Amino acid sequence: MRKSNLYWSITDGWTMSQRSLKHIFREPESLLMAIGLPVAIMVMFVYIFGGAIQTGTDYVNYVVPGVIITCAGFGSSLIAISVTQDMVGGLFERLRSMPLLPSSLMIGHVTGGFIRNVIATTVIFLVALLIGFQPNAGFLDWLGVIGLLSLFMLSLNWLFVAIGLIMKSVETANAATFPMLFLPYISSAFVPTETMPVWLQAFADNQPMTPLIETLRGLLIGTPIDNNGWLTIFWFGSLLIISFIISGAIFKRRKKE
Amino acid sequence: MKDSIISVHYLKKAYGEHIVLDGLNFEVERGSIFALLGENGAGKTTTVRILSTLIQADSGTATIAGYDTHHESDFVKQNISLTGQYASVDELLTGEENLMMMGRLNHLDRKLVKKRTAELLEQFELTKAAKKQVKTYSGGMRRRIDIAISLLASPQVIFLDEPTTGLDPRSRRKMWSMIQQLAKNGVTIFLTTQYLEEADQLADKIAVIDNGRIVEEGTAEELKNMIGDENLELTFADFRAFQHAIKLIHGLVNEKEQRITIRTGSIESLRRLLNTLYEHEIEPSSVNFQKPTLDDVFMDITSRNTKELSANA
Ligand SMILES: Nc1ncnc2c1ncn2[C@@H]1O[C@H](COP(=O)(O)OP(=O)(O)OP(=O)(O)O)[C@@H](O)[C@H]1O
Ligand SMILES: [Mg+2]
Repeated sequence: MRKSNLYWSITDGWTMSQRSLKHIFREPESLLMAIGLPVAIMVMFVYIFGGAIQTGTDYVNYVVPGVIITCAGFGSSLIAISVTQDMVGGLFERLRSMPLLPSSLMIGHVTGGFIRNVIATTVIFLVALLIGFQPNAGFLDWLGVIGLLSLFMLSLNWLFVAIGLIMKSVETANAATFPMLFLPYISSAFVPTETMPVWLQAFADNQPMTPLIETLRGLLIGTPIDNNGWLTIFWFGSLLIISFIISGAIFKRRKKE
Repeated sequence: MKDSIISVHYLKKAYGEHIVLDGLNFEVERGSIFALLGENGAGKTTTVRILSTLIQADSGTATIAGYDTHHESDFVKQNISLTGQYASVDELLTGEENLMMMGRLNHLDRKLVKKRTAELLEQFELTKAAKKQVKTYSGGMRRRIDIAISLLASPQVIFLDEPTTGLDPRSRRKMWSMIQQLAKNGVTIFLTTQYLEEADQLADKIAVIDNGRIVEEGTAEELKNMIGDENLELTFADFRAFQHAIKLIHGLVNEKEQRITIRTGSIESLRRLLNTLYEHEIEPSSVNFQKPTLDDVFMDITSRNTKELSANA
């Protein structure tokens, strides 16, 4: 009984994703980091700084999109570490000596990471609702939120697969995750960019996180979106395509080493 | 006629200027244990990686079960399994989960995966630890689960790259008997090792690799015979006697142990030697007859090789 390459890519990819999922729950620290930290940040911002930050709406409503992408960004960046681990450890070599498409390794990390993103995002939404988050999004708005978040997460996941493939050691892969911790802070995630110094505002307004956050905010609580929706799709659509192609190329090259 | 399952012809591989394999030739008989013996950096892992289709040789050919490792790598993969030099098990999964996952990736159906997993856990004495995470395993257990994984698909040839490096003597012995057990079941085993004792214990045939070439090949006995007869070891308690003996006898001197090792040759020369000592009233504290170990052979071969190299330069 011979089954097609596509069939095996999907089943092997799924087997590898199950593995990544198991990892999440076997490493409580990283689950804690991926969910606990953003929740803590959210609670802290809402209760400590929230009163002082003028956003024109309840601060909790303002901050939820930012917390979600901070969390997703950080969660995705962990993929780089696991990919590097598989490359420098023997797993990748072993898979390559077996009759299967070793690219299922990448698919597993991306899918597993995505499921981790979904879990973390759900937790954040729930905690946000508990502390007073009041979205007024309709059905289509919610679809938009889900679509954009998925695009964002998948593009980041592929980006970090690529980074994980490039890195030669787990330590450097670890270092590559740091920018993801900080990038959201230099955007409209936590404070309106108008409150920043001019030079920082220029960066914050033009980096991809800001249109994403503005769009999510618009969909969730009805603030104006303008052209931010298209900008978001452009930024992260390109990132997805580029990271995917680069990962594939590096993967092929590493096979020849 | 001999039935070779692995045939390697004029295999060459270089990384930049560095020639790692310099025209490797050997054959491995079906169902045998073959040991590739060499020091650090001799090219053992490189050879294993070429044979297991991970990398391509620059020139030369290697076939496994009749399939070319480069052009027919898909068929080769269906007949082999690789246990690399560094354990490739998932630390966070349990031993059982590791086996189940790799079984599925080997495209075995679910029932068979379950059956093989239980069998292999049993065979490698890991049933008790099956539900524990691999990160809690000892070095020996880790190595065992690693090898168990490579047996899931019932391959014809298994590659074990330094299967006992880093194991304590007890675990090493255990591993040896497990490897011997595998060979009894008809699997061909290609192993690499830095330990002569290991090659001696396990291998039907040993190939010594040095500087990217097979410098010697044969059974453990054949290799030992190459270096010749038995050695006589004379140890002296008294330093003066030792000094005196060095002047009279030609042999390998070990200053620290105050020992002289002599190739005995004929009975006649042995008698003459003892007579000489007797005439000079030198009395060794111990006299020891010794068959050469593979260590001697190895030192002999590799040092001979370096001499040749420096002579050529
Ligand atoms: N990818 C590579 N790039 C450059 N040089 C390499 C590469 N792989 C191996 N080498 C070199 O090839 C030589 C042989 O390496 P190999 O790993 O085959 O040795 P080995 O016999 O397995 O040694 P060890 O006992 O240390 O495992 C070494 O000098 C090593 O530095
Ligand atoms: Mg090696």
